[in-house]
Amino acid sequence: MTAAVEAAEVGFPVVLVEKEPYLGGRVMRSHKYFPKMCPPTCGFELNVRRIRQNPLITVHTLATVEEITTPGDRFRARVRKRPRYVTGEVSLDDALVEQVTSRRPDEFNMGVGSTKALFYPHPAAYPPLHVLDRDALSETDVATLLAKAPPGAIDLEMKEEEIEVDAGAVILATGWRPYDAGRLDNLGVGSCPNVVTNVMMERLAAPGGPTGGRIVRPSDGKAPGRVAFVQCAGSRDENHLPYCSAVCCMASLKQARYVREQNSGAKVTIFYIDVRTLGRLEDFYNDLRKDGEVSFIKGKVARITEDSSTHDLILEVEDTLAGDKPDAVFDMVVLATGVVPNTPDFKRPFDLRVDEYGFLESDTGVDGVYVAGCAKHPCDVSRTTKEATAAALKAIQRLRRG
Amino acid sequence: MTPMDDKVGVFICTGYGIAEALDVDALCKVATEELNVPFCKTVPSCEGSGLRTILEDIRDEGLNRVVIAGISPRRYEDIVFPPHVIVEKVALREHVVWCLPPGDEDTQMAAEDYLRMYITKVRKMQPLEPFHPEEPIDKTILVVGGGVAGMTAALEAARAGYQVRLVEKSDRLGGWLAKQHRSFPTRAPFRELEDTNVGELVAEVEAHANIRVHTSAQTSRIEGAPGLFDVTLASSGNGKPPEEALDQFRVGAIVQATGWRPKDPRPDLPYGGLPDVILNVDLEAMVKETGRITRPSDGKEARSVAFLQCGGFRRKEEHSFCSSICCMTTLKQAMYLREGNPQAKAFIFYEFMRTPGLYEEFYRKAQDDPGIFLTRGEVVDVAPSGNGRLTLTARDTMIGEEIGVEVDLVVLAAGMAPNAADGEAIRALEEAKVNLLAGDSEAKRQMAAETVERLKDHEGSQILNLVYRQGPDLPALEYGFPDSHFICFPYESRRTGIYPTGAAREPTDGMGSREDATGAALKAIQCVEMTSRGEAVHPRAGDRSYPDFFMQRCTKCKRCTEECPFGVLNEDTQGTPLLQATRCRRCGVCMGACPERIISFKDYSVEIVGSMIKAVNVPEEWDEKPRILVLACENDAFPALDLMGQNRLKGSPWVRVIPVRCLGSVNFVWITQAMSAGFDGVILLGCKYGDDYQCHFIKGSELASVREKNVREKLQQMAMDVERVELHQVQIDEYEKLPGIFQNFSELIEEIGFNPFKGM
Repeated sequence: MTAAVEAAEVGFPVVLVEKEPYLGGRVMRSHKYFPKMCPPTCGFELNVRRIRQNPLITVHTLATVEEITTPGDRFRARVRKRPRYVTGEVSLDDALVEQVTSRRPDEFNMGVGSTKALFYPHPAAYPPLHVLDRDALSETDVATLLAKAPPGAIDLEMKEEEIEVDAGAVILATGWRPYDAGRLDNLGVGSCPNVVTNVMMERLAAPGGPTGGRIVRPSDGKAPGRVAFVQCAGSRDENHLPYCSAVCCMASLKQARYVREQNSGAKVTIFYIDVRTLGRLEDFYNDLRKDGEVSFIKGKVARITEDSSTHDLILEVEDTLAGDKPDAVFDMVVLATGVVPNTPDFKRPFDLRVDEYGFLESDTGVDGVYVAGCAKHPCDVSRTTKEATAAALKAIQRLRRG
Repeated sequence: MTPMDDKVGVFICTGYGIAEALDVDALCKVATEELNVPFCKTVPSCEGSGLRTILEDIRDEGLNRVVIAGISPRRYEDIVFPPHVIVEKVALREHVVWCLPPGDEDTQMAAEDYLRMYITKVRKMQPLEPFHPEEPIDKTILVVGGGVAGMTAALEAARAGYQVRLVEKSDRLGGWLAKQHRSFPTRAPFRELEDTNVGELVAEVEAHANIRVHTSAQTSRIEGAPGLFDVTLASSGNGKPPEEALDQFRVGAIVQATGWRPKDPRPDLPYGGLPDVILNVDLEAMVKETGRITRPSDGKEARSVAFLQCGGFRRKEEHSFCSSICCMTTLKQAMYLREGNPQAKAFIFYEFMRTPGLYEEFYRKAQDDPGIFLTRGEVVDVAPSGNGRLTLTARDTMIGEEIGVEVDLVVLAAGMAPNAADGEAIRALEEAKVNLLAGDSEAKRQMAAETVERLKDHEGSQILNLVYRQGPDLPALEYGFPDSHFICFPYESRRTGIYPTGAAREPTDGMGSREDATGAALKAIQCVEMTSRGEAVHPRAGDRSYPDFFMQRCTKCKRCTEECPFGVLNEDTQGTPLLQATRCRRCGVCMGACPERIISFKDYSVEIVGSMIKAVNVPEEWDEKPRILVLACENDAFPALDLMGQNRLKGSPWVRVIPVRCLGSVNFVWITQAMSAGFDGVILLGCKYGDDYQCHFIKGSELASVREKNVREKLQQMAMDVERVELHQVQIDEYEKLPGIFQNFSELIEEIGFNPFKGM
């Protein structure tokens, strides 16, 4: 979004292709940003306003780039647009949505809970349209929609479309996904319900999330009194991700504050290798250290098991600092899972430089193709927006060269 | 009321449950009969085909002032409306139908009032004409600082076709990059040291046809505004006297890339006292110059070197920031040592090893090196051993014991302090110095003396030398960084068209500086392009309105020049505000500040909002229907009201909401007008203020909170209860708070009684 609005405000036309039905990406699933503890919706709202009023920006959601060819000096993208089935001609009302009974996994809430097959992605969604998951829709629901939807509002016959986009430059901002926590079976993922990942924690804390913003244990819905954060869950680990995911330290410190703000009696323990709060973010760490209920313990968590009667969690910790004897039983554990790049997979007549982990290199090796954000390296929102702004200039240079 | 050739049209939407909840015929009559609107029509929807009908009617009927009562303004693609038509949208769905009971008398009254307010508004608004100064907009980019960030900004702007002036105070380009022996890795696999390639970069900058380089120079004066900055260069002291102007030219925007300097080391470590205790920058210079690592005391090769990370520098009790690059620099220098002599040993004492992201690969390489000893520990003492070597004592935090190591050389990881001045502090210092001499009371002189003492370090620290009423440089945030305060918008400095970048803005390495400087160049280019189109830059990007000052009534009270968050207004010696329109961000804080109400925008003014307030039909006291005016910041609070409706939370039938550009633009005459009109109270909804402020105009909501106190005094003078005005900070996602705020305030009104002036 940043690359698109920054380039368009200079005066260049931009086509923005997004595979989800809405803009905003992963940050929209965060409850708050560090270090100001402000809602991502605030900046998102401003960027949406910039898009809504700028005739130079065209947005395609539910769209993926299938292939890029390079006729002459140009790039031509073949873009597949999946059907939304919701036309946007008329808004859908609640009464209709209520009658739909089919449900689907809620990927916006990181799989915590489910949504109806006809759903509004999130309160501030852009484009401001419902989404219909046709595959999840039962025959009964199909009949209901055909009978009761306002005329022209829903088109179940809507077909996939293919469009061509001609461009002078390409910016890849394909982002990241969380490391597959299923591989961390030693950390209780899958076997212990009260082990959650950091991305799930964001949804638990968000007012629009599955619990209405209450941080509770999945096993019994109770507010946890003892919460552990396990840093580098998969990151800085030769068996998983050898690199550092860069954002998890600040993310966990921020989530520690969520817990403490919701429950003044809660105790938080953070198990870390190094606390990486660079620059002025160090203030956030120093402030949190002043909270007597938050302890920092250097040590790698080797194993998490649970007490099957209470679902309380038992941690085995290696390499602890001398003198630190952690209280190793917790009500809830948050794993700081890392960042895995979404490497672009469209067909192309050129090679992109990609490192062994799938991150694109800064110099993509192709004149006219630029990269920004977590597709390039693990980084936070501020860094991503700077890189996106820089990528906009590189693209403009290429366009000006003609 | 409306100029002759204007034609107002009203569209009332019947979809979304509006027709079920409201008496639409009665709504139409408010427009046609009560307010004599010549064209009023109901439409089944204001999206899709419904919207197409509206657009056709606008064209066919020649409407140029239009009110659409239906869905929230946030749901429209603004670009669909013809640019010459003034269109206002009433969120009947979100703010009335979705949050108030259907078919209720009070719900109907709310809808009718909104229609009155917005019809009045479109009649008062004037078409926008973008601001174009008399002189042409200059699109040259000035870059101050010739280090890696400055050179990158210059080159990237030049490559996009812009003329660039690059000013460097030393006699050559290169900055800290040129002082480095090698760089730590910038590309996969992030394990190898790299050439700095500074020579190639300097050569490319110097050879580029679009760049003019001025070395041994500094900006001695920058006057004007985006698109129209007049820059005077003076010698930086290497040769010509600084008074003499080297060159004068005009630029459109400025990138400040003035870099960093090493922070002062921890005073209890013997830096300066023992010759073999040096800074990392000293070691870098030594290797660069000699290719060897030796002891300054006797010139002998250093075979064992201790590197003290922030543990050696940062005092725990002090509030301090992390310099971000020292861990990587130390690992690099340890590798210099090991490459120079495979027998040599490097001891690194650290608290946290901070090698984020892919830099972890470089750290792993160092961990694999048997000659690099990494110890997590705090250094407590460095003392001569007596044999020409140094003994270092550290507390190892892993094993909890004190350990001693004898080494040839101790290297302190120097932190980075920004080369940036705090314009607002400099101005405060200058003012205090004047008051110290000429203060009219002893108390004032005493206060001035304290200010002078507190700010004395800012004396002579000017860098840009801006001719701005609010100081000669950008204002600084904590630790002196002229940083943006926004996570989402990292380039938003508080002086339009001036973008700080690189290590001057935050501690960052070469790779980060290059990316950051490229982005800063884009923002500078964007600023000159938007300015040349007569548009505002972020956050009201694309806004073509601008403030107009009716100078005949100005009393030179200076509130506008003082309170503008962006330093837009200069003033002459009498204190008359001098508008520099291309600096303006269109927040309206000046409009809110002005006691004479002489500042207005064509589409937003004291008069427009005042008439909206007066357009509300306030019932008589015996109707027992209170009225509460809500002035809501359109950035966060107004969308939060939408979300409240969207989530079907219960609103209040008593409130009437008017969106404002920023709470700082609220002119408090609106509150007295509301009281005179019979409103029972006023709620101000704005962004969070304080250290972690979220106000998009920096201090708008904070100013409103200060002004609110003044208003309370005024209310007291009017014999009104001061509780009738409340200010709340509401984040966009705190919509759940709103029903409670309205409910509590309604109860308060019930308690203290109706406005005694109602109906008078």
